[in-house]
Amino acid sequence: MIHRIEVGFREGIRDALGEKTKRKIVEHLGIEVADVRTVEVYTIEGDLSPEELAAIAGGPFSDPVIQYFTIDKPAARSFNWLIEVGFRPGVTDNVGKTAAEAVRLLLGRGREAGVFTSRQYCLTGRLDGAHVERIASGLLANGLIQHYEIIPARDWDPKRGSGPYVPRVVIEDDPATEVIDLNVDDRVLQEISAGRVLALTVEEMKVIRDYFLRESVIRERGNVGLTSKITDVELESLAQTWSEHCKHKIFNALITCEDEKGGVTVIDSLFKTFIRGSTEKIRKSLVPYDWCLSVFVDNAGVIAFNNRYSLVFKVETHNTPSALDPYGGALTGIVGVNRDPFGTGKGSKLIFNTDVFCFASPFYDKPLPKRILHPRRIYEGVREGVEHGGNKSGIPTVNGCIVFDERYLGKPLVYCGTGGIMPATVRGEPSHTKEIKPGDFIVMTGGRIGKDGIHGATFSSEELHEGSPVTAVQIGDPITQNKMTDFLLQARDRGLYRAITDNGAGGLSSSVGEMARLSGGCEIDLKKAPLKYAGLKPWEILISEAQERMSLAVPPESIDGFLSLAAEMDVEATVLGTFTGSGKFHVRYGDATVALLDMAFLHDGLPQMRLAAKWVPPRYPEPDFPEPGDMGAALKAMLSRLNICSKESVVRQYDHEVQGGSVVKPLVGAVNDGPGDAAVIRPVLDSFEGVVVANGICPRYGDIDTYHMAACAIDEAVRNAVAVGASPARLAGIDNFCWCDPVESEKTRDGKYKLAQLVRANQALYDYTVAYGVPCISGKDSMKNDYIIGEVKISIPPTLLFSVMGKMDDVRKAVTMDAKREGDLVYVLGETQNELGGSEWFAHHGFVGNSVPVVNAARAKALYDALSRAIEHGLVASCHDCSDGGLGVALAETAFAGGLGMTIDLRAVPARDVARNDHLLFSESQSRFVVTVHPELRERFETCMEGHVWAGIGTVTAAGAFRVTGLGGNVIISEDIHELKNSWQRPLRF
Amino acid sequence: MARHVRSIVLTGNGTNCEMEMAHACRLAGSDVVDIVYVSELLAGRKRLDDYDFLNLPGGFLDGDDLGSAKAGAHRIMNASIRGTDEKVSDQLARFIRDGKLILGVCNGFQLMVKLGLLPAFDGDYATQRVTLTFNDSGRFEDRWVYLGVNPRSRCIFTKGIEGLYFPVRHGEGKFIARDGEVLKRLHAQQQVVVQYSSGVSGEPVMEYPANPNGSVDAIAGICDESGRLFGLMPHPEAYLHYTNHPRWTRETLPEEGMGLLIFRRAIDFIRNNL
Repeated sequence: MIHRIEVGFREGIRDALGEKTKRKIVEHLGIEVADVRTVEVYTIEGDLSPEELAAIAGGPFSDPVIQYFTIDKPAARSFNWLIEVGFRPGVTDNVGKTAAEAVRLLLGRGREAGVFTSRQYCLTGRLDGAHVERIASGLLANGLIQHYEIIPARDWDPKRGSGPYVPRVVIEDDPATEVIDLNVDDRVLQEISAGRVLALTVEEMKVIRDYFLRESVIRERGNVGLTSKITDVELESLAQTWSEHCKHKIFNALITCEDEKGGVTVIDSLFKTFIRGSTEKIRKSLVPYDWCLSVFVDNAGVIAFNNRYSLVFKVETHNTPSALDPYGGALTGIVGVNRDPFGTGKGSKLIFNTDVFCFASPFYDKPLPKRILHPRRIYEGVREGVEHGGNKSGIPTVNGCIVFDERYLGKPLVYCGTGGIMPATVRGEPSHTKEIKPGDFIVMTGGRIGKDGIHGATFSSEELHEGSPVTAVQIGDPITQNKMTDFLLQARDRGLYRAITDNGAGGLSSSVGEMARLSGGCEIDLKKAPLKYAGLKPWEILISEAQERMSLAVPPESIDGFLSLAAEMDVEATVLGTFTGSGKFHVRYGDATVALLDMAFLHDGLPQMRLAAKWVPPRYPEPDFPEPGDMGAALKAMLSRLNICSKESVVRQYDHEVQGGSVVKPLVGAVNDGPGDAAVIRPVLDSFEGVVVANGICPRYGDIDTYHMAACAIDEAVRNAVAVGASPARLAGIDNFCWCDPVESEKTRDGKYKLAQLVRANQALYDYTVAYGVPCISGKDSMKNDYIIGEVKISIPPTLLFSVMGKMDDVRKAVTMDAKREGDLVYVLGETQNELGGSEWFAHHGFVGNSVPVVNAARAKALYDALSRAIEHGLVASCHDCSDGGLGVALAETAFAGGLGMTIDLRAVPARDVARNDHLLFSESQSRFVVTVHPELRERFETCMEGHVWAGIGTVTAAGAFRVTGLGGNVIISEDIHELKNSWQRPLRF
Repeated sequence: MARHVRSIVLTGNGTNCEMEMAHACRLAGSDVVDIVYVSELLAGRKRLDDYDFLNLPGGFLDGDDLGSAKAGAHRIMNASIRGTDEKVSDQLARFIRDGKLILGVCNGFQLMVKLGLLPAFDGDYATQRVTLTFNDSGRFEDRWVYLGVNPRSRCIFTKGIEGLYFPVRHGEGKFIARDGEVLKRLHAQQQVVVQYSSGVSGEPVMEYPANPNGSVDAIAGICDESGRLFGLMPHPEAYLHYTNHPRWTRETLPEEGMGLLIFRRAIDFIRNNL
């Protein structure tokens, strides 16, 4: 039987969700609607008596103080239109899952009932059918994952309501394995790859074909009952293992690079040469105390925090899924990256999230290309996904930023980073290492496997196109994951497992395949894997990216303890097989072998890609706009630019204080709303040692030269961390490259240039991390951030996010960016040059320019050391980094965040070749800070700064006036700080 | 001889402030502080009877999927402890009967309200009379708020405290009473303990954002008739040290955060009176 329990708010009770929906309809869609009320619908499948239904409805499903419910008749009351939105079959329904558990608890053992949730929106107002259709498809439901029904009042049957919709997955259970003939011509190989979303090239397909022709392979396969033809399980497994996503083919390619003078260099792997190469070089200089513990070998990087604890950090992206379903994509992004530090070494407790988003303007008002969601919808959806993922997991979101550029219309970038902490040793063993012995059980814990997330790894290795698969979209479930992590940390501390890893891209194929390298092989039975519903084929079980799962190696002597603790804590754990030393990746479905691959071929059989790059420096027109007459208005316009303005409405919706160790919050200042430069947290509550987290990202400079873009991103991250008090000697970096396809082809005619951009960014990464002594400890790349449908191609600007995690010995020394008191002296540190190429000021006038900021690493490093000492000695009242919008913006932010005024004289600013006030105010020269200092500390501070470029340029004043004297000696800005702040807060006050 | 104080911090199924709540109990002088999973209670390995001070921390019990703390409350009422007919709610009833102390913060407060532990008129700890629902803003927010403390309340946790400053971090914190009678009685019996205030005076405010969620009469926290059970939406355990304060870099503050006062009152009371 199918029943419906519907729950609505009582008369007179505010329906906050309904009101919020109404606001969105008006603001996002521009449709007038008088009222929106919501009704929650629970569709229950099971044999239940009327008494039981009443107990469920009146018990866990409704709140007697504010809600009413109906059973098998509609709860919706007067409306003009009703829209009911539910999930499509197989899409994760978190509320439905919790509801089903509650029903099970109420009815007792053995009484199962499926619960599917949907929501009704009851609209009142003068709306026509087209309006309602737009509201349903453009705001309330995402057709990829949701189903909706529109009912006008005239068709409404008040006895019956809307008919039941049961999104049950019904698939014939046919666990068949197919074999595929690869002895075919290139065209057919290409078709096989494309048809199955394998993202393999013809050359790679041929390598696979040739492997299956080897005599030893044929013989060994024959022994386990396989033919010489590849099975779908094997082909899918190879495709995901060899995907760009998993193998980083471009970063490991042999690249022939031609520079602008015709000089040619050959680079054997960007990753090995520049990323790992720089870290190796830096680590040599750290001896005798090399605080890097585990780099580039595990799911995340590990560094020492102190003798007792180690820190773990990783940043990932989840771009394509977020383009298709912003909420689910971003939610999965954050809970997905959580599993990286969690699955590093023997497992770490998660202590912070940091998120960086790149979007097109939410005010975009041109026609949208096919399959693209409006940037406002992406913005809200991603924000909400990260909110639910972060907040519900109990991990503070401590820092982040949002970058806007029209080219992120084709694909938004959703960077999610997570840090963890673990005891330096667990039961006497170092916690950052992994070991697996043949005979250890392969155990999967957490969620079940469904068709969700199939082909995520290969799909993200392609551009977004017409046929991009829907199954790649999934919705994370933070609570299932939370229960699993609670359980696994207990199991870790009791020594119940030997190794742990995450099931992310590539699913079991990747997690078990990777882990098996530690023992030398594995044998796994897919029939044992717990499924969400019947009907999955073996290859689907193997590569499904269904969320909230970890794979573990559990020694035989611990298996009983492990499984019983899992049962007690209500976490599913299943033995799928054993790790072996056979050298084989051996997969069975029941008794039948469905895959047998040599581990060596699976992991190292992929031929190195050969690519060509050619660097031709671009040249843009020099801007020719005059210096503005009203510099106050110019400053306000700059403060209102999307890349500069306040992101408070987003920040507030993230819990940035859970776990109790918050020291420097993302919002600081006199009324808690100024822009903090970096986060400081205290992960161990009985200690004052702190962790600093900061990010650098500046894609606009990449339009001129990605070398300097990368240098500036690194400088920005380091600068932000130093600004709050991090020690420059204890910073670790994470590089995260998001590029557009840099491989020359029909689709990408400028591939050589884009690859040269990638090469140059990597060269800068090497040069600057080495100069700063900031080793990369882990990283990530996402190389196909293009959109190609029909004639439209949109490529993102090459984007490098550089994130740093640092250490502070005593958080009580931390400094925030807000001016502290009247009479304090205002300093600028660092030299301002005529470097407005790629700046916000030029962009404001529609120009790119050419004079991109160039980082002088040696000078910057010395300045950072000096500033760090000044902060350490308590000489600095406030410190704010100069980035987007330059000195003008940094000074204004310092003043209004402190609720104080400022008097500034630009003539005192140390500058080279800067003749105009607007250039001096808005140049984005790097490695600069605005610092305020108490007058009594003046001498000590200035002594500390000796030998560096700095100057006193004004004072903090009590009155709310922000006054700037220009190069000509006249007052060029005289504004009220509240007006400035309002300009800064207004644009994104959603 | 001073009494040994044993505190339990309940966690699991989505709770996430257990660490700092346990830290607060330790700093306040509790002799025993155990973080215990609900599953350990259900397995019968731990019992509430072995403790004096029950802490129900913030978080998202079961994702707040059926409304904040609904599914969590339902589990406490209906899940049996392994091998027995006893429910966690039976242990809870005993705990209350013995005059022990319970503090619920945020999701813990929501849990107490939905179990009927608050306001528990006439010693009835099983009927829900008030609720905490979606903020008027329709969104989760993290922001610090000022609280005025009712000096006439019997609440043990706030004795002698005038005002407080803590963060709220919730999407469902709007306090609503079932009807006017319930609200009247809450006030008459001085069970309204803390109210959102502007910070300048201690007077209750209804304006956003000082009142962050639109709570009726600006109610941020209530106690039972005995004053031994206390629940509030703002997080005292988030302000244990001055570096937690959002403006510590610009104000001179005492070493200890205001949140610790709440825990000290509880521990001291147990030590001297139980």
